[in-house]
Formats: sequence, structure tokens, C-alpha cells
Amino acid sequence: MHELSIAQEIINISAQYLPPYKNISVKAVKLKIGKMSNVFVDSLNFCFELLSENTPLKNAALKIQIVPVVVKCNDCLMENEITDDLIYCPNCNSFNVEIKCGNELDIEELEIEESQEEAK
Amino acid sequence: MSIITIERKILEKNDAVAEFNRNNFKEKNIFAINLLSSPGSGKTSILEKIIESLKNKVNLGVIEGDIQTKIDAERIEKYGIPVAQIITNGACHLDAILIRDAFSQLNNKQINLLFIENVGNLVCPATFDLGENIKIVIVSTTEGDDKPLKYPMAFRKADAMIINKVDLIPYLNSSIEILKNNALKINPNLKIFETSCTKNIGIDKLCEWLLDYINSR
Repeated sequence: MHELSIAQEIINISAQYLPPYKNISVKAVKLKIGKMSNVFVDSLNFCFELLSENTPLKNAALKIQIVPVVVKCNDCLMENEITDDLIYCPNCNSFNVEIKCGNELDIEELEIEESQEEAK
Repeated sequence: MSIITIERKILEKNDAVAEFNRNNFKEKNIFAINLLSSPGSGKTSILEKIIESLKNKVNLGVIEGDIQTKIDAERIEKYGIPVAQIITNGACHLDAILIRDAFSQLNNKQINLLFIENVGNLVCPATFDLGENIKIVIVSTTEGDDKPLKYPMAFRKADAMIINKVDLIPYLNSSIEILKNNALKINPNLKIFETSCTKNIGIDKLCEWLLDYINSR
């Protein structure tokens, strides 16, 4: 359940970007999550929903872009996406590869709506 | 509707504190090892064996991570080794902030080799950098030989793997060879050791490697 810590960090980081003097509701939080980042998205959604209660992020949706795992082979120099858990070059089967992406755990942007009413 | 751009790493706070820990350890000439495994694979037993073997050769220290109880810290204290216990009260992994705070209890002790025993769990601890130099994953023969395939991240991020309880192999349906092959498929660079704490198998070899590794830095 490390998704709980990750959800809390999403809320903490987002809060730093919300102007305190306005009535703002966050409609969505855009995330980039690598396939290899060890995050179970259902669990992250569940934790986020629980923790965002009583914050400006209440009812915000997590819009998650899943990033595929891409490796560059140091032997045949090909770049390929891999779809199983083994980190190898699908072209020449070498294990001498460099991971180009797939480890992301990033918060990209917030979609917000400002209410006309001033905050009390 | 408007957009606020953030573009930051979600775990950047953990990573920043991990970097602080890493620099702090380096400054104090401490080599730190993060021990990962499932519950009951023998992390504390292996630590006890390492302590028996190395306590006169290098200044040891231990940070114990558990969800509840000080049982592990009490086991280590018996050897006269500086130890700090983290009780996470339910959290399934250690993070860099917990390590920074726990290490402050050991700050005035002379330590050159610090073991961090993570919470027993092969999933969540793999995600959090603590500022360690290396990760060692322990897997016991009773857990079955498929574990590296089922929990790839822990094995991918580890520098070494210890296969513990090898003395029980005659009673089990799991194979050390298959376990090794599965682990090497996930991480071809994994250094592998075989141990039994109850039968004192493989501990010398493991300790020799540890000493060489630290001294060759």
C-alpha cells in the first residue's frame, strides 16, 4: 500500500500550486506513471479519493498517462518497447540494455475551476 | 477551466531526503545497506550471523524497521551494536525521512557499516530510495522459486540476493537452480549467495564479500 504515500504526496505537491485566496476546485490531476514504477492504479485512485476528502482536491479525477517501458540496446543499438517483466533487447535478446523510460512517477498539471465567489 | 503546470516527480521529497542521507553517510564514512525481503525470510537472523562474524572487524550499526514491536531491536542490542528501531504503525515500507530521523539517534556512534532492515514486504520498499549504497534482497527457499518473477522490482533494484534456509531444500518442492535462473532473468548483474543461519552455511562467504566490497570502494 505504498500508493497511500504516493497519493499523499500528490495532494501535498498540488496544494503548493493552488492560490490560497481564491475559491478553487481541482477537476483533474494529470499524472505520468511508468509501467515499471510499481504502482497499482486502482489502489492509487482509492487512496487518493480517501485522502483528498476535506482538501481542494476533493472529487478531482486522476488522469493517468501510462508510459511504456522502452529500452535501448547497448549491443545492437536498437530501441524497443518491452511488454513483459524481463528487461532485455527484443531484437537481439541481449540484457545489456539501458532503460529509456517506464520508471516515471510524475505529476504533470492540474485542471482547475475558479468559482466567481470570493473565498470567505 | 484553466491549467496549472507542475511537472515534478511525485516522490521528489523522498528522493531529496535520500540524497541528504547519502551525503551524510558518505561524510561519516558509512556504507549503508538496505535489506529487503518478505516477512519471515530471515533478515534479522542473517543480520545476527553477520554481526557475530564482523563485529570485531568493522563498526556496525543497525536501523530496524517494523510495523509493530521492538523485538528485532532487542535481538540486535544483545550484541552490543548501536541500533535504532522504527515502528511504522502500519506503514508497509520505510522512507528516507524515517531513516533520517532514526539515524539521528545513532549520530554520535562510530559506525562504518549500517544495515537498514526494511519492513518485511517485497513490494512497497522497492519504490523508496533511503540513501543506501546497495540493496540486498533475501529470499528463503520455503517461499518458492518463483518469487523473483512475481516481485520483479525488488530483484531488479537489488545488487545482491541471499537465498536463505538452503538446508530445508530436501523437504521442499522448490529448486535453488530455478530460483537463481528466475532472479538472473530479472537482473543479470545480481550477485548471489546461499545461506542457512541454523546450519551456519554460507555466512563466511557473504561476510567476506561484504568486507571486500566496502574496502574496495
